[in-house]
Amino acid sequence: MDKKPIYFDHAATTPLCKEALEKMLPYFTDVFGNPNSQHAYGRESVKAVDEARDAIAKIINCKPNEVYFTSGGTEGDNWALRGIAHAYKNKGKHLIISPIEHAAMLATAKALKKEGFEIEFMKVDEFGVVDLEHLKTIVRDDTIFVGCMLANNEVGTIEPIKEIAEIAHAKGAVCFTDAVQAAGVLKTDVKELGVDMMSMSAHKIYGPKGVGALYIRNGLKTESILTGGHQERMKRGGTTNVPGIVGFAEAFKIADRDREKNFEYVSSLRDRFIDRVLTEVPFVKLNGPRTGRLPANADFSFKFIEGESILFSLDLAGIAVSSGSACSSGSLEPSHVLLALGLPEELAHGSIRFSFGKHNTVEEVDYAVETIKAAVQRLREMSPLFKAEGEIKYV
Amino acid sequence: MYNEKVMDVFKNPKNVGEIENPDGIGTVGNASCGDIMQISLKIENDIIVDAKFKTFGCAAAIATSSTATEMVKGMTVEEALKLTNRRVVEALGGLPAQKLHCSVLAEEAIKKAIEDYRSKKAN
Repeated sequence: MDKKPIYFDHAATTPLCKEALEKMLPYFTDVFGNPNSQHAYGRESVKAVDEARDAIAKIINCKPNEVYFTSGGTEGDNWALRGIAHAYKNKGKHLIISPIEHAAMLATAKALKKEGFEIEFMKVDEFGVVDLEHLKTIVRDDTIFVGCMLANNEVGTIEPIKEIAEIAHAKGAVCFTDAVQAAGVLKTDVKELGVDMMSMSAHKIYGPKGVGALYIRNGLKTESILTGGHQERMKRGGTTNVPGIVGFAEAFKIADRDREKNFEYVSSLRDRFIDRVLTEVPFVKLNGPRTGRLPANADFSFKFIEGESILFSLDLAGIAVSSGSACSSGSLEPSHVLLALGLPEELAHGSIRFSFGKHNTVEEVDYAVETIKAAVQRLREMSPLFKAEGEIKYV
Repeated sequence: MYNEKVMDVFKNPKNVGEIENPDGIGTVGNASCGDIMQISLKIENDIIVDAKFKTFGCAAAIATSSTATEMVKGMTVEEALKLTNRRVVEALGGLPAQKLHCSVLAEEAIKKAIEDYRSKKAN
């Protein structure tokens, strides 16, 4: 590889920012006390966690005692769905989620179905946007939970959460949003959004892995999923991840401070990339909407070829991306998100997600476009499908 | 997840293409599963003198297509029918477990191409 590697997979994870790292370091060694301890060591850790909680509460516009630290997005999603289902099962057993949720939601819903809950899915259009009129027809008096991502991790679609929350509340259901991809990128004011619960993760916004938070509106009942000690006001057992929490808060503060600037810059990279790919690569489909998507996200299906082989072709050229093909996920099914958008399986297998970050450059985008053109051409020449369909259209 | 050998073959596969007027051709798999493999053979006196492939699939599918076509060149039809996916995988120095089905496709495509050859010959 004669060029510096290029990282276009920020929706998977981001590098920890130096400011967060520096804030975290003392809490591994010098200030190592367990916040549950009564002595001075413990109190010093409590102070750090309280400050972090205050900072996050301020960003999302809630009270500090509505922020519960978790191990990340998966735990937040699990806790929200399972916690509400179990706490409100006497009121009803009807749960509504979107079909493009993260696996953390889908797998939990599947488990709850086995327990006797009824799971119903929202409808999404070809861009992944929730159909609000359809949602109005499926919420019922016994609906206890309505959950939808604020922005989708694969195709970047930003969802009308405020409207979804209004529809949920009209029937007295709890509204949850998974803001793992959105927090720190979009404005995530829980009052404006009108949600009762919101999950967040640190490592998507240049914070550390293994830490996140769940906003739970005061007055809501939830059942704990991690039962144990007195941590997180008796709601979430497990020794507090002090350095992780400190790093999360610092990363979130920086993301929030620079939110508009980053949004504009990363969007400009994405737009340049999308425009060039759409005009310079034949037989390509942009998945998700052209506008109203996460600034970082560009997701394409390349016709006649398979995603994993594109991923490794780009990897060989030093470009890191991810794919929604079955072969990349280790399962036999291609991305459930792309199938929910109505893509034929063949196109779902040929999908690649590019997700940009604040450190990427225009030069990297341009180099990637040239590399993609060559890689796609090479793979198409190997593909039996390209000959069959391509000769007619590709002149 | 892939070893260096597999990545090397994926990077520089051999026998890409389609033989004109092949003596036998076989296509297996389907687009909805994410793998389609087509192998075409040139056969003289029951000996495979040339083999080419076209594959829609992952890096493992492309690497096994290349390796399997390399292996059958020079084999008799009988020998080629005995080529197992295990031997193709061994020649590549192993594949991740979830990728083994790709090597099965190569074995099946060769068998199908030979069937095609035999049915053409019988007519």
